[in-house]
Amino acid sequence: MTTLSPINSSSEEKSEEQVVNEQEHGDHRLFGLAAFLVADGMTFAGFFAAYLTFKAVNPLLPDAIYELELPLPTLNTVLLLVSSATFHRAGQALRKDEAKLCQRWLLFTAGLGLAFLASQMVEYFTLPFGLTDNLYASTFYALTGFHGLHVTLGAIMILIVWWQARQPGGRITSENPFPLEAAELYWHFVDGIWVILFIILYLL
Amino acid sequence: MLGLALVVGGLWIGQNVNLLPDSASANAPVYDELFRVLFSIGTILFLGIVGLVIYSLIRFRRRPGQSKDGLALEGNLPLEIFWTAVPAVVVLFVGLYSYDIYDRMGGMQPLAQSAVHNHQAIEAKERVWGGIGSGPIELSKQAKSSLSVEVTALQFAFLFHYPEGDIISGELHVPSGQPVSMRMESKDVIHAFWVPEFRLKQDVIPGQPTILNFTATKPGRYPIVCAELCGPYHGSMRSTVVVEAPDEYKRWFKENSKDPILEA
Amino acid sequence: MTTASQQTHQSSSGSLQPKGWLKYFSFSLDHKVIGLQYLVCGFIFYLIGGSLASAIRIELSSPMSDFMARDTYNQVLTLHGTIMIFLWIVPVVNGAFGNYLIPFYVGARDMAFPRLNAVAFWLIPPAGLMLITSYFITGAAESGWTAYPPLSITTPAAGQIIWILSVLLLGGSSIFGGINFIATILKLRRPGLKLMQLPMYCWAMLGTSILVVLSTPVLAGTLILLSFDIVAHTGFFNPTLGGNVIVYQHLFWFYSHPAVYIMVLPAFGLVSEILPVHCRKPLFGYSTMVYSIMAIVFLGLIVWAHHMFTSGTPPWMRLFFTIATSFIAVPTGIKFFNWVATLWGGRISLNSAVLFSCGFIANFVLGGITGVALAQVPFDIHVHDTYFVVAHFHYIVYGGSVFVIFSSIYHWYPKFTGRMLNEDLGRLHFLLTFLGFNLCFAPQHWLGLNGMPRRVAEYDPQFTFINQLSSIGALIMALSTLPFLWNVIQSAFKGAIAGDNPWEALTPEWLTTSPPPVENWTGMAPLVKEPYGYGIKEESIQIQSPDISDPENNKQ
Repeated sequence: MTTLSPINSSSEEKSEEQVVNEQEHGDHRLFGLAAFLVADGMTFAGFFAAYLTFKAVNPLLPDAIYELELPLPTLNTVLLLVSSATFHRAGQALRKDEAKLCQRWLLFTAGLGLAFLASQMVEYFTLPFGLTDNLYASTFYALTGFHGLHVTLGAIMILIVWWQARQPGGRITSENPFPLEAAELYWHFVDGIWVILFIILYLL
Repeated sequence: MLGLALVVGGLWIGQNVNLLPDSASANAPVYDELFRVLFSIGTILFLGIVGLVIYSLIRFRRRPGQSKDGLALEGNLPLEIFWTAVPAVVVLFVGLYSYDIYDRMGGMQPLAQSAVHNHQAIEAKERVWGGIGSGPIELSKQAKSSLSVEVTALQFAFLFHYPEGDIISGELHVPSGQPVSMRMESKDVIHAFWVPEFRLKQDVIPGQPTILNFTATKPGRYPIVCAELCGPYHGSMRSTVVVEAPDEYKRWFKENSKDPILEA
Repeated sequence: MTTASQQTHQSSSGSLQPKGWLKYFSFSLDHKVIGLQYLVCGFIFYLIGGSLASAIRIELSSPMSDFMARDTYNQVLTLHGTIMIFLWIVPVVNGAFGNYLIPFYVGARDMAFPRLNAVAFWLIPPAGLMLITSYFITGAAESGWTAYPPLSITTPAAGQIIWILSVLLLGGSSIFGGINFIATILKLRRPGLKLMQLPMYCWAMLGTSILVVLSTPVLAGTLILLSFDIVAHTGFFNPTLGGNVIVYQHLFWFYSHPAVYIMVLPAFGLVSEILPVHCRKPLFGYSTMVYSIMAIVFLGLIVWAHHMFTSGTPPWMRLFFTIATSFIAVPTGIKFFNWVATLWGGRISLNSAVLFSCGFIANFVLGGITGVALAQVPFDIHVHDTYFVVAHFHYIVYGGSVFVIFSSIYHWYPKFTGRMLNEDLGRLHFLLTFLGFNLCFAPQHWLGLNGMPRRVAEYDPQFTFINQLSSIGALIMALSTLPFLWNVIQSAFKGAIAGDNPWEALTPEWLTTSPPPVENWTGMAPLVKEPYGYGIKEESIQIQSPDISDPENNKQ
């Protein structure tokens, strides 16, 4: 009943296994980010569920004001959808090693993101209700605010990626596309959330 | 053989060991029936599984000098299917049975109806939740009109308002045998109205009225307990429900009634 | 790609990491160090939470509110619940054993994201400290660990906000951990190792991590809304401003019911590791165990409203959640029968690890039976929010998870330290814990049935005797910690040398030195296709893992 000795891998198995083993650990960061986005999406799902329940169950108090205009948010939707497309183009350009083109698309995407934020601000300041006016107002600001926070972070991320892509050392190349891919995945996620949010908050 | 003894023993324990307080509402005997069934099944399962564990530990313990491994048994599909089926059947039975019990307690009665019936004052739009405990449907049909009570819970007391006589009381007085329908609302935080002897509990929620129906059957004084953490004095938020014979109840009602018409 | 490998091999190079005991206080990236950090940190919080529990039991040994002020009592019970759940059981069954074992089980040298892993751990001590110091500085939250509004909105704001912040941090830590486990189990498996060959704990952690990732964010969102209600005076959950208190309960329990499985599923996994080793038998019914874990994960996500049967939920909802909840008993039952079948016909060493595991089975069966009963609406209507529920969930989380944690410590201590724990002290520990626990909580079933609500500082004098009995049980539980502490501390220095594999186990963490080297294996990771291949013919084992031979054979 001797104790089992620590494993010294037997030679005959070593050859091919070892090779695979040394290469272990590809880049799983994108997978991790995707898992995180699932979690993040669940936060939004919770907010949406709360909003829909409020809507189904809690009538708007008689003297409360809760009116939303459509034009500005529609513009916002278009801005974000277009920005998703431009980000995709940036990714394509990177894969083809067209650095300049990639940078231009990135900058364009960031610009669209900032335009979205500006337009959102305009909407905030023109709305006839404030954060604590009533339940619907609070939920509206919580949802759009939480999403706006995501857009802000996304825009900052895009600008950082753009900055890094400009660096001569080549921090972001077709060899190392992770920062760009991560930002892209995140940006598509944020856009997707906006579409759901737009439907639930403005159209329903 | 052993299994039979186990089943019989479990049933006996379930039927004969009483862990519950007095039963004092039409709802309580139904509840106790469910409890006895669950307790029997639970006892059988618990003694069975724990018995098997203890038996295995003793029977298959490693004796000095033994160094062999155990049986190389990695699974047995029929056996596994069997013990998937057993809990499934038990759970199905318990589920159906408790559905039946729930129905007999009046849990499936359409709420809006009973609410409108009992409280003409409530606007049709208002959503009222709750409703368990109105008892068997037949019973509520044949019963004389039910007694309406409005319950207000606040930190840290219950207030009972009888709309008929405009009585406000800190104690709940109800006649035995007559259905009582309570409409409850909280002034501040969530409380819960619980009478252990009635086997009934309903949260009292701010901003959202709830309904609780019951028919007291056994005269006596029973505690009303707040069962939802509501602040520092939560533990002392208690009251009493006084179940009286109909005559006594009438006397109490007359003595306290502020309504001149009723007094006359 | 280069960054990735740099990141993951940081721990291997270890040049920047402090050596010796200091590494346990550092931002170490080694999964084994992080695992032990979780374990020790969690245990310290367990001692604090346990002291709070003792304070509660002292208060309850008389029917009057005499030991502490009423609002202090509410703070104490809030802290007790929060600490035990978020700082002890969740971090230990997930973080501690998960971090230590999962990389071994999948044949990796570390977790998928070592840096994220360290961040996840280092969120815990500050969050815990913040929570506890809030008691001394501003007064802790006093609305229970459930923090139901409007009570949580009307009680003193500072304590409640600190509570929210620390729970958010702990939730974040748990999400990061969950992501890491999912990535490690799915992506970092050693080549040649199939999913269905993984030890059961991997499956349990995969299921748990899915629950963590799906449900914790909802709690985070809810608490953010609650903090808005407290700080900015919005009205999400404030009825006077048109809000709805029931929505909070739905969102809260959408996390907090799965949280029970987050505490219990890993425990199921750990027991599935411990029993086969000490019974010298393969785990019975591997694939049904896997499927039942996944069934529990799925069902666990759709049963939350059974915590709200008295909150004025409509009848159809009550019925749906009754049925869904009852059906969790089926996969859970399978697991228990499979464990019993694992014991059957084994060669069971009756050591502390096995005793605690079997104690877990007994306790959890009782907790499960009361759980099925509680799932029945008509039954729950009477006992909801009473000591019956208190007894039920302590049977689940203490009788279940904590017993398994102790069992696991007895089982893996030799791996952690290279030394054995003292068996006699271990058995004494088990005896005291088991007796104390049952004396403390079994009578509480009766209390609940007979009219004692939970979370009260004062109660009907007719319950005095049973409460005192329960308090004596709590005292025995408190005392049971002493032999354990003594055992763990003195064995670290004077315990018998364990050798690499004292239990002759076949799971991969034992196929290396004890304690293991920084890179887990000196050579290549072994390919263990039969982690439970006890008693199986020696040739077949040898094919799968060349260096393990049947212990029988080595005897001569």
